[in-house]
Amino acid sequence: MIDEALARLRHRLATLWRKPRLDLPLFGALLLLMGIGLVTLYSASDLDRSQVIAQGLRFALGLALLLLIARIPPQTLRAWTPWLYAGSVVLLALVALLGEGRGAHRWLDLGVVRFQPSELLKLTMPMMVAWYLNGRPLPPGWGTLGVVAVLIAIPAGFVAEQPDLGTALLIAASGAFGVFLSGVAWWRIGLIVGVCVALVPIGWPFLHDYQRNRVLTMLDPEADPLGKGWHIIQSKIAVGSGGIWGKGWHNGTQSRLEFLPEHTTDFIFSVYAEEWGLVGVLLLLALYVFIIGRCLWIAAEAKDTYARLLAGAIGMSLFVYVVVNGGMITGVLPVVGVPLPLMSYGGTSAVSMLTGFGVLMSIHAHRKVLGSSL
Amino acid sequence: MVMRGTLKPLKEGRHEAALFRRRAVVGMLAIVAFLVALGLRFAYLQVDRHHELSLRSDANRVVTRPLAPTRGLIYDRNGVLLAENVAAFRLEVTPEQVKDIDAMLDALARVVPLSEDDLTRFHATRKGKRSYEGVPLRLKLSEEEIARFSVSRWAFPGVDVVPYLTRSYPLGAEFAHTVGYVGRIDEDDLARLDRGDYAGTSHVGKTGIERRYEDRLHGEPGYEQVEVNADHRPLRVLERVPPKPGQNLYLTIDARIQEAAEVAFAGRAGAAVAIDPRNGEVLAMVSVPSFDPNLFVNGISRADYAALLADPGKPLLNRLLRGNYVPGSTMKPFVGLAGLEYGIRKPSDTILSTGEFHIPGQSRGYRDDKRGGHGRVDLVQAIAQSANTYFYSVALDLGIDRFSEFMRRFGFGQPTGIDLDGEGSGVLPSREWKRGRMNQPWYPGETVIAGIGQGYWVVTPLQLAHAVAILAARGEPHVPHLLSAAQQGFDVAPVPVPPSPPRPNVMRNQADWEAIELGMIEVLRSGTARGIDRDFPYVIAGKTGTAERFSRTDETWTSISTSPIERHQVLFEAFTPAEDARIAVIVALEAGRSGAHDAAPIVRKILDAWLPGDLARNGGTPAIGGGTASGGSRG
Repeated sequence: MIDEALARLRHRLATLWRKPRLDLPLFGALLLLMGIGLVTLYSASDLDRSQVIAQGLRFALGLALLLLIARIPPQTLRAWTPWLYAGSVVLLALVALLGEGRGAHRWLDLGVVRFQPSELLKLTMPMMVAWYLNGRPLPPGWGTLGVVAVLIAIPAGFVAEQPDLGTALLIAASGAFGVFLSGVAWWRIGLIVGVCVALVPIGWPFLHDYQRNRVLTMLDPEADPLGKGWHIIQSKIAVGSGGIWGKGWHNGTQSRLEFLPEHTTDFIFSVYAEEWGLVGVLLLLALYVFIIGRCLWIAAEAKDTYARLLAGAIGMSLFVYVVVNGGMITGVLPVVGVPLPLMSYGGTSAVSMLTGFGVLMSIHAHRKVLGSSL
Repeated sequence: MVMRGTLKPLKEGRHEAALFRRRAVVGMLAIVAFLVALGLRFAYLQVDRHHELSLRSDANRVVTRPLAPTRGLIYDRNGVLLAENVAAFRLEVTPEQVKDIDAMLDALARVVPLSEDDLTRFHATRKGKRSYEGVPLRLKLSEEEIARFSVSRWAFPGVDVVPYLTRSYPLGAEFAHTVGYVGRIDEDDLARLDRGDYAGTSHVGKTGIERRYEDRLHGEPGYEQVEVNADHRPLRVLERVPPKPGQNLYLTIDARIQEAAEVAFAGRAGAAVAIDPRNGEVLAMVSVPSFDPNLFVNGISRADYAALLADPGKPLLNRLLRGNYVPGSTMKPFVGLAGLEYGIRKPSDTILSTGEFHIPGQSRGYRDDKRGGHGRVDLVQAIAQSANTYFYSVALDLGIDRFSEFMRRFGFGQPTGIDLDGEGSGVLPSREWKRGRMNQPWYPGETVIAGIGQGYWVVTPLQLAHAVAILAARGEPHVPHLLSAAQQGFDVAPVPVPPSPPRPNVMRNQADWEAIELGMIEVLRSGTARGIDRDFPYVIAGKTGTAERFSRTDETWTSISTSPIERHQVLFEAFTPAEDARIAVIVALEAGRSGAHDAAPIVRKILDAWLPGDLARNGGTPAIGGGTASGGSRG
């Protein structure tokens, strides 16, 4: 009896270990990225252990979620998708009604935790698009695109209204990537992009003052060096003064002397670039390219359209974070609150990011076995 | 059917997968292209612009420090220095560089004495500063203290001897109530001052001219950019925008007259004001006893402050602005004028002074100074002899409403508007005042005693001087003021500060002045203050006042006259030359025998101090008729 029970237990554990067949290259790359993130944070926080520990705990929570979700088959995720999407949109609506936050209503206080429902959309948005397109003939026609546009516009509209234009664009982009990967005809893409560009001057007056200021400030940061341009100028100084080889770990004067604002969160890339130089930056970008490429690889191996589109969209969204954050700290894009994935200090972003990778791991674990589709 | 049903999705699925793969490749290429572009952007900043941005990173370590402007100096009208900045040395502590502040303070106290006040202030100041900013610990180090500290300086890292400028008032107590003093900026000051303008400044005007003209005296701060190392220690000055010093102010006060007045008081409590009636310039204003304003500049010690508060002479009280005096007979020229203005008296009208005045139908008597009365007096004689009965009847005939309306024209019952803060209003007796203050109706008897400046009457010395100046200027009111000119920098001439234009004449009938002036001239020729103008080249017009705390009723008068002479408040008002007045003076003493006996001699000394300057300005020629007329009347 006991032997039997022990054997069963051992089998269970073995399954548990093997079952989420993690994609080790991706998992390794993520661990490396988190490691770099913690080391940079330790420097950026001026050797404040408590911040590093807090971030480490968030990583641990995120990794636990990653392992948990990796065990859930994509089919199950697909079945949940409409509900998850609807639920997160309802939460967004709740935030709009009774949320809190400095100047913008982004946070929902659940007593124990406060979180931003908009973070959920970063995952449920591509899930919903993939779910919808999965049941439609591909490449999609105008009718399908119209429905997808509505699916994207509802949550993006809520988030933009918070107002958090950066996150709204990220959410919209994650949905758009699903559409792109579904194979929409190029001429349709061209038409849609053309119309969007044409709409920019019409939408300009609807932006909040601070959003317009950010765009204008990016165009000419020196016009107001102590006010709105401060972030951009100090960030560029930090990056540029790093040079090719960097000033070395914890030698970045820009962040240590507190010239660089938000140097543990949105501007942590500046600290990294100041201390590790161009060499460090290129290595980090290469690591991101590897992770994104690996995501697309996993997508290509996925069993069905849903998994494929979802995995691809999540991977490509990561790219948007890196480009928007990198563009911001080097002064080519406006200052929007977009974190650098797994580097910036902050809870919700790290956890939601790792949850997304959990979905990828699940898709990888349940990929089609080579040749089985034939 | 089955075959098609299973094959078609499979085929489509394969097609979709292929489509996806193509898109994924395109997407990946685009992503790589974007990230390469981002990498190039980093390369541009980190290679191409590395040099420039490194320099700016270094420039970040350059600290901008405010440079406090030098406070403007204050002079009297002739350039006598009233407030200056003198060099001194203080001990300054940079907390960041001190390991154990308390231990250091203990050790330091054995080298340089540190008082309890010093330490309290040090700890309070420290709170508001960054750890790399110097905090003053001991001010005004003596040379011996500097020498002692220098010897053991090695033992006190982070403690430095720093030169600074401190405010000093060379004439001390004489100007404490006019020039005022500066003191350290405190919480209240911070609330009203622009922190940017006062970033490097430790002191601010607290009272008097120093406070009122703070914005002129302060100047504009400059700044310097100092390269600092990681410990914020300055290495070298990179750029310097010098501060713009505050304006030097020239007051209307003549320090010689001021000093003469101060000396003439000989320490007796009271106040004197001299005004040029032609323009409202205050030539002298003293409040006695006074205090040394230098004590307050760097924080007065508890002991000194307690002593000042406990002093029965109330040296901290600004008697000029807030001293309350019963004007008494000094009001009589104004009351006489009111009778003429309202047409109820002609200058030639006479009244019989019997020694006691009665309101018709009332038994209560109002006394004259002279037992048995002055006989039949006209206006000139009434002023000269200070005959109460005349003014009792004028006041009664005017009624309180016209009476107080007329007196208000001379500025009684309201601040004069002088350029000093904290001016009192005194009390102008009126129906409304009594209703507001006591909620009681007005009685005719109160009008009668108001007619001789008694009863509810309270004036400040400045108010009385202002009123006398209006009288001397034949009804043209000028707001009394102290600021004469301002000078921006020592290499330019002082620029006169225009006083506010005169207000409309207070009198309708200009012919009324003659009798009043004649009466006031007679005061010195034959009246209550005769002889005071002895050997003075100009004709002086004046009026005595010996005021009592109680109304002059039958019951109290006897007791007053038998009480010590020091119980009287005595006053004298005067202006000269009578026909073309260039100075109006009042002196109020809190204790004395009579206005003529105690206050008038002080007025004369003030006039004597004023005379040489006036003679110099007017070519040494006395005003027409002045010397001979007064000379003839003497003896």
